Amino acid sequence: MISFVLRRLLQSLIVLFVMSLLVFAGVFAVGNPVDILISPQANQEEIARATAALGLDQPLWRQYLNFLHGALSGDLGRSFVSNVSALQLILERAPATLELAFAATVIAVGIGIPLGLWAGLRPDSAAGRLIMGGSIIGFSLPSFWVGVMLIMVFSVELGWLPPTGRGETVTVFHVPLSILTLDGLRHIAMPAINLALFELALLVRLTRAGTLEALGQDYVRFARAKGLSMQRVVRVHVLKNIMIPVVTVIGVEFGSLIAFAVVTETIFAWPGMGKLLIDSINALDRPVIVAYLLIIVLIFVVINLVVDLVYTALDPRVRLASRTA
Amino acid sequence: MLKRKIIALSAFALSISPAFAAELNIGLSADVTTFDPHFVAAQPNLNAQKHVFDTLVHVDERGRPIPGVATWKTPDPLTWEFTLRKGVKFHDGAELTTEDVLFSLERPLTIQGSPGGFATYVRPIVAKEIVDRYTIRLKTAAPYGGVAQDLSELQIVSKRAARSATGEDFDSGRAAIGTGPYKLVRFARGSRVELVRHDEYWRGRLPWDKVTLHILPSDPVRTAALLSGQIDAIEHVPTADLARLRKNPALRLEQAVSWRTIFLHVDQYRDHPPGVSGKNGKPLARNPFKDLRVRRALSKAINRTAISERVMEGLALPAANVVSPSVFGHDPAVKPEPYDPEGARKLLAEAGYPDGFRVTIATPNNRYINDEQVAQAVAQMFSRIGIETRVDAMPLSAYFGKARKREFGIALLGWGSLAADLALRSLSGTTNAEKGYGAWNWSGFSNPGLDSLIERSLGTVDAKEREAIARQASALAAREVAFLPLHYQIVTWAMKKDLSYLARTDEFTFAHHFKPRKP
Repeated sequence: MISFVLRRLLQSLIVLFVMSLLVFAGVFAVGNPVDILISPQANQEEIARATAALGLDQPLWRQYLNFLHGALSGDLGRSFVSNVSALQLILERAPATLELAFAATVIAVGIGIPLGLWAGLRPDSAAGRLIMGGSIIGFSLPSFWVGVMLIMVFSVELGWLPPTGRGETVTVFHVPLSILTLDGLRHIAMPAINLALFELALLVRLTRAGTLEALGQDYVRFARAKGLSMQRVVRVHVLKNIMIPVVTVIGVEFGSLIAFAVVTETIFAWPGMGKLLIDSINALDRPVIVAYLLIIVLIFVVINLVVDLVYTALDPRVRLASRTA
Repeated sequence: MLKRKIIALSAFALSISPAFAAELNIGLSADVTTFDPHFVAAQPNLNAQKHVFDTLVHVDERGRPIPGVATWKTPDPLTWEFTLRKGVKFHDGAELTTEDVLFSLERPLTIQGSPGGFATYVRPIVAKEIVDRYTIRLKTAAPYGGVAQDLSELQIVSKRAARSATGEDFDSGRAAIGTGPYKLVRFARGSRVELVRHDEYWRGRLPWDKVTLHILPSDPVRTAALLSGQIDAIEHVPTADLARLRKNPALRLEQAVSWRTIFLHVDQYRDHPPGVSGKNGKPLARNPFKDLRVRRALSKAINRTAISERVMEGLALPAANVVSPSVFGHDPAVKPEPYDPEGARKLLAEAGYPDGFRVTIATPNNRYINDEQVAQAVAQMFSRIGIETRVDAMPLSAYFGKARKREFGIALLGWGSLAADLALRSLSGTTNAEKGYGAWNWSGFSNPGLDSLIERSLGTVDAKEREAIARQASALAAREVAFLPLHYQIVTWAMKKDLSYLARTDEFTFAHHFKPRKP
């Protein structure tokens, strides 16, 4: 178990290294942020001075070595546009994104699995068909459009929910959270639903397919023959067996929700990390772009690790040592 | 019984609401990256920071410098003497003195890792001398008329609060102590800026107790937030929503001609500009744009009225000058080139290109209002006089880098400036790094007559004389078609019926310029 975790960490270090190199070179190739940031009135001398102040006058390899040097001591550089450290900038935004992703996952799991189960148990009923039809819509509607529609209906027409922004926060262990206040919940409702739609549709399909497959298996028939109630069969035998793919998807999707919440964050002016990334790319704010991607890779690594550990809990046959990452 | 209670309660709520109503929520279109007022000279940052910090020189709604916390005179062409108003109070109660001014003038040059926006404005000042608590004398190395315009960008911080402050200290509000109309309560990056009224503001009491600036970069959402009533006013109304908002009886609009001029830079210095070739794809014998007749032909081919009315949906005014009508140095005698495709074809034939040639217009696609569509429209108009035109659109971050490497033959650019001579120095002055001319002169335009006019204008301290020369420079640049002016953008604010806003040519959205109004 320990050697498995260690090997995993080593692999992720290599991934982090390669990725930082790629991003570094990529952003360098796009252009000089000073061109975008400097006052239009600045003359050539000021532009050169500003470029030097950001360390961008040096050859790429030296810039990268400087970055590595800082990164090894935990300093990922200072933002070119914000005058604070890149890491702090991201951590300051992380709670908003994490709670949004968490809320979306709760919605997707809480609604998706029961609906999928229902559709799997009664595949030919009207409700089952309706659920499947709905899941196709969930897949195919662009989340930007859905977001704007949610705002138009619930904020502009009905006036029930505030259209944008994050609500009041309370600080728990130095982390500002908005899902613990009523105002916060009112603000998070629409973005969380918007973000959850895709995963919800995915879970519905996955759970339905798994349920259909499990129902045909011998152990289910045997359990039924033994005289167990359908309820118990579903709870103990079916659910437990379809959980492995579902857990994988929830894990991977949680990572995606964090990394790709950007569309939802932009629509609802949600002050999360995704929006920060887009702004940083537009301003070529390299320290923030690199730091953000490093953190995202780290999050994916951790999630995958957790998923693997959950497997062993769900299915005793899975052994960590024998799995290759 | 219950019902009566509710009625009584709501009547009570109504009766006290005027006291609570003095709250203003504004939707801004771009993110504020820091509250350090000297870190990066980006307009969205200045927009938020100028609520908290004041400047020696203010800019009126037409873009002209007026006295701010100080008045000024120029005893000789090298000296600018600023006299502070007495009794201007910082948010912590201390009085503003010349010590704070001196500190604020020096601070931009000392910040580590700053992309350096503000150094440009303070570097021309070579010596500073405090005369007394309220008077400071600034010296320039050579006569320079742009000091007032430059100092309208430089925000005054409290020396005591900002002396050893980091960027984090400004963001948290600890060091964000200014003399501006509002105190910073909370800066939630990417989300909102919360402000409360500074009761001792030197210009008198303001109508709003509490102001929140919401960061809403997404266009449809900014509009939706206004329609839902969450927000009282928004800036930069999207062109697509304009007609709808105009018809809404609960809302009103305010508009001004923006200081931003949109134009095309046309390569006039290389023999073979990128993207320019004969219709057979082979390079031309020489650069056609070096010929004034070709540049004039291009200008005549552009139907500026059509662009302003259709592509820009009325949110633009056809342009002729480097700066928009109310800005310093605009020459009203210079009129937009009328649309004349016949004349354009004739000029092209005269210049030896009866069959035209091939060009590419480069444009950003996320910077100016409808920038890519404007370039497309111009391309069609060029094609109509026989110049086959392609459009190469890209995001701003890639665009500026390529333009700086001179990878474009024709390139679209927008420019907002407070003075024509300052704009021309950057855009059309002969490129000369030592003099600081032509930093954005992508076209390589060079005209000694224009250079000397710019130099004389900037070297004139008397505003009236300077403007006369700046106008001549504007006119000369237009006559020589240094660039192809397209339009001045029109900037729009939308707000609830019971508000009014003093629409500003410099596009700033200031809470202190919103006033309650009888609907």
